Amino acid sequence: MSVKLSTRQVGNVTVIDVVGRITLGEGSSALRENMRDLVAKNENKILLNLADVTYIDSSGIGELVSGFTTVTNTGGALKLLNLNKRVKDLLQITKLYTVFEVFEDEAAAIRSYA
Amino acid sequence: MRENARHVPETIERLLGSTLDSVDQAEELASAAAARAGFDEDDLMRIGMAVRETMVNAVAHGNRYNANKKVRFSLSLSHGRFTIVVADEGEGFDFEGLPDPLAPENLMRTSGRGIFLIRSFMDDVQLRRLDSGGTEVTLVKNVESK
Repeated sequence: MSVKLSTRQVGNVTVIDVVGRITLGEGSSALRENMRDLVAKNENKILLNLADVTYIDSSGIGELVSGFTTVTNTGGALKLLNLNKRVKDLLQITKLYTVFEVFEDEAAAIRSYA
Repeated sequence: MRENARHVPETIERLLGSTLDSVDQAEELASAAAARAGFDEDDLMRIGMAVRETMVNAVAHGNRYNANKKVRFSLSLSHGRFTIVVADEGEGFDFEGLPDPLAPENLMRTSGRGIFLIRSFMDDVQLRRLDSGGTEVTLVKNVESK
């Protein structure tokens, strides 16, 4: 399996722990559907924990952007946690690093939604 | 030159189907060959990703997953140049008129970053329309470029 998504609730924030590859096909689709389901349930304070993401391609980047836009449009916020060097580099190259709020500490990230 | 650890020129050619499995296969072939050529971990990631993006373009946008269309994939290591060629049988596209994904008006688009990333990760990238109608992409990474 290319990606495994686990969702947990911390206060009023939904944390999605992502493990594996976010690439065109199963990985991107799974992330898209997961975020879409949360927004449909009005759970629009979402923190994506990318610590265990081993690979992300342009399709995966597209899903992050799409999720960000969808969640923001509902009055919520999609933020990123624990970017590894590879993902951080990609977001910097594509000038998206400053678009997202990025955290290295989960507690600080959770507090930022208050 | 941090050449192929065995100092042996290498050539691989494959005719691949228009599936995402082919994308994985090409990426694995390229990454393994690049590792044999002595590229470091960062370059292995860049080469693997460039090949992946190129193959996705060929399979998804070029051949549109058509089972009757093939992707020609080849790689070679020679004279310090690690070269990958990917050719599809699609209808081609206007690669001169691609929007800049870094432009403020395009920054939040959900697609259109593939070729930009390919160009960012490789030393030389050439695209050309084939007489047969498909698109051929040539990627080059210099072994001595570091």
